[in-house]
Amino acid sequence: MRLPVRICLLGLTLLAFLTLQTGSYAQDIRPIIDEFAAAKSFKKVEAVIDKLAAAGDPAAAVSLRALSEGRLKFKKNDGSVFITIEDAGEFALQDPLTGNAVPTDGATAKDFKKVKVKNSIRRKIAAVLSGMTLQAKDKSQRLAGAETIFNTSDVSALPALEAAIDKETDDDVKQAFLDAQASAILASKREVSEKLAAVARIEARGDRASLALLSKFLASSEGELATRISGAIEGIESVQALWANAQNIWYGISLGSVLLLAAIGLAITFGVMGVINMAHGEMVMLGAYTTFTVQQAFSLYFPALMPFALLFALPAAFLVSGLVGLIMERGLISRLYGRPLETLLATWGVSLILQQTVRTIFGATNREVSNPSWMSGAFELGQISITWNRLWIVVFALAVFAALYFIINRTSLGLDMRAVTQNRRMAGAMGIRTSWVDAMTFALGSGIAGIAGVALSQIGNVSPNLGQSYIIDSFLVVVFGGVGNLWGTLVGAMSLGILNKFMEPYAGAVLGKVIILVLIILFIQKRPRGLFALKGRAVEQ
Amino acid sequence: MTNLTRRAMLLASAATLGATMTLGAAAFAADTIKVGVLHSLSGTMAISETTLKDAMLMLIEEQNKKGGLLGKKLEPVVVDPASDWPLFAEKARELISASEVDAVFGCWTSVSRKSVLPVFKELNSVLFYPVQYEGEESERNVFYTGAAPNQQAIPAVDYLLEEEEVERWVLAGTDYVYPRTTNKILEAYLKAKGVADEDIMINYTPFGHSDWQTIVSDIKKFGAAGKKTAVVSTINGDANVPFYKELGNQGVKASDIPVVAFSVGEEELAGFDTAPLVGHLAAWNYFQSVEAPENAEFIEKWKAFTSPDRVTNDPMEAHYIGFNMWVKAVEKAGTTDPDAVIDAIVGVEVPNLTGGISKMLPNHHITKPVLIGEIQADGQFEVVSQTDGLVPGDAWSDFLPESKPLKADWVDLKCGNYNTETNTCLGADS
Repeated sequence: MRLPVRICLLGLTLLAFLTLQTGSYAQDIRPIIDEFAAAKSFKKVEAVIDKLAAAGDPAAAVSLRALSEGRLKFKKNDGSVFITIEDAGEFALQDPLTGNAVPTDGATAKDFKKVKVKNSIRRKIAAVLSGMTLQAKDKSQRLAGAETIFNTSDVSALPALEAAIDKETDDDVKQAFLDAQASAILASKREVSEKLAAVARIEARGDRASLALLSKFLASSEGELATRISGAIEGIESVQALWANAQNIWYGISLGSVLLLAAIGLAITFGVMGVINMAHGEMVMLGAYTTFTVQQAFSLYFPALMPFALLFALPAAFLVSGLVGLIMERGLISRLYGRPLETLLATWGVSLILQQTVRTIFGATNREVSNPSWMSGAFELGQISITWNRLWIVVFALAVFAALYFIINRTSLGLDMRAVTQNRRMAGAMGIRTSWVDAMTFALGSGIAGIAGVALSQIGNVSPNLGQSYIIDSFLVVVFGGVGNLWGTLVGAMSLGILNKFMEPYAGAVLGKVIILVLIILFIQKRPRGLFALKGRAVEQ
Repeated sequence: MTNLTRRAMLLASAATLGATMTLGAAAFAADTIKVGVLHSLSGTMAISETTLKDAMLMLIEEQNKKGGLLGKKLEPVVVDPASDWPLFAEKARELISASEVDAVFGCWTSVSRKSVLPVFKELNSVLFYPVQYEGEESERNVFYTGAAPNQQAIPAVDYLLEEEEVERWVLAGTDYVYPRTTNKILEAYLKAKGVADEDIMINYTPFGHSDWQTIVSDIKKFGAAGKKTAVVSTINGDANVPFYKELGNQGVKASDIPVVAFSVGEEELAGFDTAPLVGHLAAWNYFQSVEAPENAEFIEKWKAFTSPDRVTNDPMEAHYIGFNMWVKAVEKAGTTDPDAVIDAIVGVEVPNLTGGISKMLPNHHITKPVLIGEIQADGQFEVVSQTDGLVPGDAWSDFLPESKPLKADWVDLKCGNYNTETNTCLGADS
């Protein structure tokens, strides 16, 4: 009952809208907008939206959009309605009709109260707006309008949509309009032949939204149309199944890159030096907290550079974690070489100390590390949706790997490192300061862990416990990949990531993890030195 | 040698210091009433529990400003069970036997509560548990000031059924007792409402799960069946931040697939940018944004006690109610003796922070309003729905066949699990 009324109303709106396109508007909508101030319940807000829609003035789009975003507010003392902009302590007002800036006259955010809005109202606004914005200047608004009509199969929008299709010059938008038209046709009372063509168009689109749409209409259609729709659903599903595999591989690579980042510092301290560093996770955590501190500093002193704060956090995190690593190595670990059990206990103690120190300084609760805009959202590649933050982390992990590989194989520090780990006494005899190399190696591994913390702060929590969640996985990767081999760490991380992601849909996240642990235990039984075992005399020591 | 003597010296001085401190405390103890605070200040749960420790210290300080209790000052005794479940029991024993506290406020997660339970029974003391839990329990020594499933989960599902007209359900949770029991209750409830098997998807993840790509994409896939879909989340603690970040990045909008959460409050949202999450829901008995004079006063005091950027949340309100109930019961009984307090507290009414009056029920649960809130861009919630009156907490769910006939009543029946079909008290064995 509710739906037809709504559709009728929308139809009326659009009719009014179309006739009014040419002439002046029948009534000024400002008094209607002002009614929002008196709308204390959701029902009343909806009633005002209906009135605005019935008035049909596309100028209402400005205030409706603001309402949907929760920015439409009214002054508590006189009930005048404004659009507010609050950004980092700044407060500004806009006219709800024109969107032009108006002076605040000393009013602050506290003098205003928000017009109430909830999900169902947001959906209603989207439906009203979709009709109004089909001929908007802004391409993204036209696309959003088309998408709403596509998802809701709004029949009443058909005339306006078809008028807009003829005028549309942008090809992307035109395609979106045609999709939306096909969706609306399915809901309309038009000829079966037209509907069949619409089904074909939606099948060609082939994404999840199309699948949802067709499934919705399958139940209500019959005869030839029903067979055609179920055929189309099958077609889309089989294509989707193929893409799902590609998607899984991507998720695996992405998880692998996170594992790689977490483990790569450990590959140096544990893999190359043989130090069982239980405080490795805390080095990652320090990196994440450094990111937080740098971002805080930037938002205070250089707000304009905020999007690039992460780039500055990288060297800072490297230095902080590296320095802590250096102090740890000199003060503690260097005294415990050759005593792995004591090292394990001592570093575990250090990890607890670091956690509690951070908890005391920054508090026990999560700290907010913001994502720069270039790391938010997703894009579609075929039917795979790839999120930007994951993509950047994959790129970043590979870059860190390459840099580390270069350092170890092409620099003199790397040469010293390899010499010391392969034969400490011989290296010492050749004049290498082995203890200095140890310190530098450990600092490098810790610094890399700090850098990893910068990246991991973008996808997870920044809390004192951050390190703990990565330490076990890190050791798994290094042991699985082969101790003392960077390539092993890369391959180990990627294969664990992809294996995990292929297991997850079948076994679930909990059981998947268990199965992987069991598989690794079996693997280590068979090949105790991991995937890429070091060969030669160095191994025997 | 020098090393050894130095260490011995250090130990000796530490011991002396410890002795003086205990002595000092003992001398002080004569004219104070001690209140135990049993919340983890280190380890994984510190993130949630530290706040509650602060809240308790504030409440005790406030009460002392008002002149204390029974003419005596209250003295908080804070211990750190370090997120370690067996340690909770040890620390509880320490509080009751060694420090001789008269009531304990603490625990978070059912496993910690179950771990301290035998201690409270054996030493006959009182525990106030402030967190929402799965129900299916009522003990003489425990008062449950958090929500039972019928005070949080069921009303939230009702809201989605009626307001959002949801037909397909994803029940996602962390893999432990609270989500599993809650989901069992919800599944039974949904099926009773006519939801088909294939329209319910249940998913569990480990604690601290951080890679949500597959699950969020599964949710999107599940939601693409042409029916309105919603996610009911019992995901706990740390795992929420990456979950919501992934939701935001993969573009799961609240207007398409709303997520209603039972473990996400103001504290959890403080860790990230909520702009992409506007409209996702949470069900609680309290939100910081609720407009009530008691709440405004509480928030002001809290910010003054801690720092201006701290937020308040639901378990804090539970402690507020629980503490005030205990104070009233002690005043009513005229003593802090646990047996007297346990008898006196049932029926005690205190104002909650949302403008109502909460009452302690014979089943040791309390009455609370149920609020559904939408996440806002500033990390707060806006209430979109509220139950008409207060909902009494139900210890034994009516939607599980095994607990349906059970009833808890510590006044008339003196039993936490009375079977109304066989008219017997099952007692401690079941």
